[in-house]
Amino acid sequence: MSFFLTDAEWAAITLSLQVASLAIAIALPPAVLLGYVLARWKFPGHTLVNALVHLPIVLPPVVTGYVLLILFGRQGALGSFFADVFGIVFAFRWTGAALAAGIMAFPLIIRPVKLSFELSDGQLEEAAYSLGTSRLKTFLLITLPLALPGILSGAVLGFAKAMGEFGATITFVSNIPGETRTLSLALYTEMQSLSGDAGAIRLTVIAIVVSISALVLSELVSRRLSRRLGGQHD
Amino acid sequence: MIDLDISSRVGDFSLSAKFAVNSGITAIFGRSGAGKSSLIRMIAGLAAPDAGRIVLAEQVVFDRDRSINVPIQQRGVGMVFQDSRLFPHMNVERNLLYSQWAAGRNSGVGLGEIAELLGISHLLKRRPFGLSGGEKQRVAIGRALLSNPKVLVLDEPLASLDASRKAEILPYLLKLKNEFGIPMLYVSHSLGEIEQLADTLVLLDQGSVVAYGPIAQMLSNLELPQLVNGPDAGSLLFAKFSQYDTHWQMTEFSLEGQKLFLPGQLGTVGQDARIRIKAKDVALARKVPEQASVRNVLCVCIEGITETAGPYAEVDCRVGEQHLRARLTRHSVHELQLAAGQEVFALVKSVALDQ
Repeated sequence: MSFFLTDAEWAAITLSLQVASLAIAIALPPAVLLGYVLARWKFPGHTLVNALVHLPIVLPPVVTGYVLLILFGRQGALGSFFADVFGIVFAFRWTGAALAAGIMAFPLIIRPVKLSFELSDGQLEEAAYSLGTSRLKTFLLITLPLALPGILSGAVLGFAKAMGEFGATITFVSNIPGETRTLSLALYTEMQSLSGDAGAIRLTVIAIVVSISALVLSELVSRRLSRRLGGQHD
Repeated sequence: MIDLDISSRVGDFSLSAKFAVNSGITAIFGRSGAGKSSLIRMIAGLAAPDAGRIVLAEQVVFDRDRSINVPIQQRGVGMVFQDSRLFPHMNVERNLLYSQWAAGRNSGVGLGEIAELLGISHLLKRRPFGLSGGEKQRVAIGRALLSNPKVLVLDEPLASLDASRKAEILPYLLKLKNEFGIPMLYVSHSLGEIEQLADTLVLLDQGSVVAYGPIAQMLSNLELPQLVNGPDAGSLLFAKFSQYDTHWQMTEFSLEGQKLFLPGQLGTVGQDARIRIKAKDVALARKVPEQASVRNVLCVCIEGITETAGPYAEVDCRVGEQHLRARLTRHSVHELQLAAGQEVFALVKSVALDQ
């Protein structure tokens, strides 16, 4: 068995990194805003919104993928809108894989983000208002930097999840080599072929390494930042 | 400086406040739950009353009828909270200068001057984490001062500190009052702090302002049980330091032309002092006692005698322009045949006045 990756496996890994990066870029800003809203605001429908955000965790991934296909397919309402207005096509493209991965990773990103906004109850913001900074400026100078540990750990966890997403991706954008065949899909493909065991094991090892690194990195980053912000909750 | 007439209702709690106070330190006193915090949140602009108006330093900052509600950012209220609320991700210097670099405010005083005054110059590069409670509070006071406030609002600034830390902060607050002349609203449930600092006292009880006025007058008003009952109740007298006797280690104060002796060295010549005398430490005599150990014999005039339900009587005496309360038994009052208008002698042991 060779320890070296084939070109197709390298392609799958770089594609996964590309997909996961775009997925985080798409998902992080709304996750931060929604995390803040859910942590700090009380409004009717709070519970419903909170449930919707976490839906991708409990929903069968194939269902999420199928809903995406209906909405973002070439004939879908949103799919044709994006294609006509922005020239962005999701169906059977790597951008679609990123969209699917972003949505599947969203609950994992928002959890730590929301938690870190919940840790402070707005008292520092009141102090900042009294010192003259507007709501927006206070959010950028006080609220956001203090939530940074949670945001970073959410981003890292989400990235790991996005790299390995399988069900929604294969349902929505299929398994096209070089376009939508990410690490998990490549692994699945090798398992289906008669001579694919060695490749499957190589990809499995890589998937495990990536996931563990992400968890360790997330922990280290948030610990380091928390220490830097030490004394936040006294 | 502050003139307000507001009312508000949140759930079961209703607050109504009406008072007008001038410069100096105004204390808002009341038990916990009396509505002190709600009141200052409305003054600062963190909450809006249901009705009424608030005038701060001649500017109408809230008027329900005219739909005026100046946002907190423009009210010019410097806030010092009980829990200091320093920004943990910035060092002390960035905290102190926050209103300048983040909100573009300019204060008349410099960072150096404030840091020097508050004794925090050596902390500028430190982060709030690891500062002691007293240090944090001094930084918080400095940060509020450097935002160029028209009014400084201190919400129980010493409540979370232990006794020795409290003693560490109080002199700084007195210095602020004397050197900056900035009006302050001082919220507290500790009468002890208020007696040392405040010029005016606003008494809040169960959501409404019961009374307000000059501190000494409030403390001798027998109609305010919240202030004048209890074993430690007494009078606050304003005196001037005359001299210190190094041999006997006693300080002589001049009080309305009479002399008052206190143990220890307390201040410097010409300095104003506040002396608190508990009503139960004051005895009255018709004649100057001979060969007695009591150091302080003040000639006073009885203004009124209030007999309470129990065995005691509160005797209100006048020393010059000031009031001194004596708590006697009704029995003594009867035996000495004390009555309003009489000139008598108030006796106070120096030892009882140990500050």
